[in-house]
Amino acid sequence: MTTSIEQPAGASAGGGVPLLEVRSVQKYFPVTRGIFIKKQVGAVQAVDGVSLTVAAGETLGVVGESGCGKSTLGRLVNRLLEPTDGQVIFEGQDITHVSTGDLRPLRRDIQMIFQDPFSSLNPRHNVGTIIGTALKLQKISPPGGDKKRVQELLELVGLNPEHYNRYPHQFSGGQRQRIGIARAVALQPKLIVADEPVSALDVSIQAQVINLLEDLQREFNLAYLFIAHDLSVVRHISDRVAVMYLGKVMEMAGRDALYERAMHPYTHALMSAVPVPDPAKEKARARILLQGDLPSPLNPPPACRFHTRCWKAQEVCKTQEPPLLQIAPGHQVACHFPEERGVTA
Amino acid sequence: MSSVLEDGVSAPSAAPRSYLEVRDLQVHFPTDDGLVKSVDGLSFTLEKGQTLGIVGESGSGKSVTAQAVLGLHKGTRAHLGGEIWLDGQELVHAGAEDVRKLRGSKMAMIFQDPLSALHPYFKVGAQIAEGYRQHHPDVSKSEARDRTIEMLRRVGIPNPDKRYSDYGHQFSGGMRQRAMIAMALVNDPSLLIADEPTTALDVTVQAQIIDLMKDLQSEFGSAIIIITHDLGVVAEIADDVLVMYGGRCAEYGTADDVFYRPQHPYAWGLLGSVTRLDRVREERLRPIPGTPPSLISVPSGCAFNPRCTYAPLNGDRCQTERPELVTVVPGHAVACHLSDAQRTDIFRDEIAPTL
Repeated sequence: MTTSIEQPAGASAGGGVPLLEVRSVQKYFPVTRGIFIKKQVGAVQAVDGVSLTVAAGETLGVVGESGCGKSTLGRLVNRLLEPTDGQVIFEGQDITHVSTGDLRPLRRDIQMIFQDPFSSLNPRHNVGTIIGTALKLQKISPPGGDKKRVQELLELVGLNPEHYNRYPHQFSGGQRQRIGIARAVALQPKLIVADEPVSALDVSIQAQVINLLEDLQREFNLAYLFIAHDLSVVRHISDRVAVMYLGKVMEMAGRDALYERAMHPYTHALMSAVPVPDPAKEKARARILLQGDLPSPLNPPPACRFHTRCWKAQEVCKTQEPPLLQIAPGHQVACHFPEERGVTA
Repeated sequence: MSSVLEDGVSAPSAAPRSYLEVRDLQVHFPTDDGLVKSVDGLSFTLEKGQTLGIVGESGSGKSVTAQAVLGLHKGTRAHLGGEIWLDGQELVHAGAEDVRKLRGSKMAMIFQDPLSALHPYFKVGAQIAEGYRQHHPDVSKSEARDRTIEMLRRVGIPNPDKRYSDYGHQFSGGMRQRAMIAMALVNDPSLLIADEPTTALDVTVQAQIIDLMKDLQSEFGSAIIIITHDLGVVAEIADDVLVMYGGRCAEYGTADDVFYRPQHPYAWGLLGSVTRLDRVREERLRPIPGTPPSLISVPSGCAFNPRCTYAPLNGDRCQTERPELVTVVPGHAVACHLSDAQRTDIFRDEIAPTL
């Protein structure tokens, strides 16, 4: 299990500033027409006013369907993308518009684990280079030299240190993901943005990697922003969970509160759609089938973005956007008609 | 209920008793690095109206099995062995042309990635209608069009007469998969093979598609083979479950058998590895150590032995002797050297409390 779980939302260990704070951050990708004279004809509203905090040593899970903006959010947090509006604050420092050069010290503290273990490792570099480059760029000279440090890291993530000179194609998917993890922890960061780190892996390997992530968190007091579409994985690993839909946070709460007493209709629908590996339970479960597909983030529905698929939608949902309100301690919901009854998945 | 499972081959030429009967199927691919034994002695049966779930990790031979049933290895370098009986007709030794006539009409497939399975250059409707006319040569173009539109409506595509003339890229992921299902069902096949049909989809859409497949099955009474790595999907839709490992069957039984009374250490490992939506697991996950085997050099004896915690209980038998599939109770078979008593004890004392 993860450490330091029972913290109220947003409070850091010392009760001071949280490790990461995101304030109504926005990212619009312009859509242009024309070959020579580019004219902006619209914008994909990938992330539209998301606020959240991550405390040191905590795991915040972000779930949602494809296109809900969860990956964009991850890239805004570690500044692979620059937000259109809003603020990203890391350890009290505003990093929203920090220049590329000034980002380097920040990279030491915020690292990333990518989804695809095949395309995220350079096929022409050996493992030693892949992991060691971070040390070189940050001008860190570990005692005993880079090679020794890399071998320690390989051992830490459960790989054979002898494989220092091997190339990515000589490893299986799960092993490659471990290389990606070793690279992410090489600089001993405080926050790791993990974007679907286990979804490309087989079930048995998935469990190995999840256990590894939990071990590393305990050892180094890491904070994770854990982005995934798999609600069961998120339930297992997270302390708090944010549910996103079309660029907005619909509901955010502590893990148990969210999975046992979800209040947003979308969260209900999402959970009821996940099949559980238990035939009898599966047959007994009522399923909320959402109608239709996800609307385009190019032209999201006005007011509450979920109203086009929501079975509880009223007139007010089409005209007035529900704010993200704290309904119970640490439990925020953006809905005009939050569910009263608790559901169990 | 499928029941025929007499340890591999049951008198090669015996008449089949089930709608689909696969006996000791082998699919081997010669490569430069050696012979890849993708499927090596697999047997199962399936009745109409029933659903068989095939689960296993990548490279366990699930998809190759499906392709063999559909006859997609004909004309390739693959070596096929064993027998496949579909409705009284043997397919492994049948001519390519005979199997082609069955493919699309009597048996059909839903692929994992509908975007690459649909032709980008042709209209979706035209692709579906083509399959219909192929197997119904007397049908006119406009009748095929009507039939296609009817199928598109049946699988829940709004405005089917307009969507008929759209291209694959104009459909969303879920709609594309619906179109694929319409294409598979246009000739009323009695056997439908779905290879990871929902893996590329979001959960809410996955729920819609599974619901649709169940609906269509109860309407048309077809047999379904669903190949997936998602145990949740299997629990939801399958009547029988076949657990594959290293090209062979590790365990075979009803869904209740496999989920509540699993016998094979690999099945225990799979169930111990999954994160569950419906409860918090206080303990750590119990992953299976190691990685799936390469099919070029499958471990000798039981393919699972290098990853199996319980292999040492049998001395070196697990390394030297390949376990055959033996029936535990009628309809539930396992390929493991552990004795019944050992398996029962281990499952009760060590595995069940942690699941």
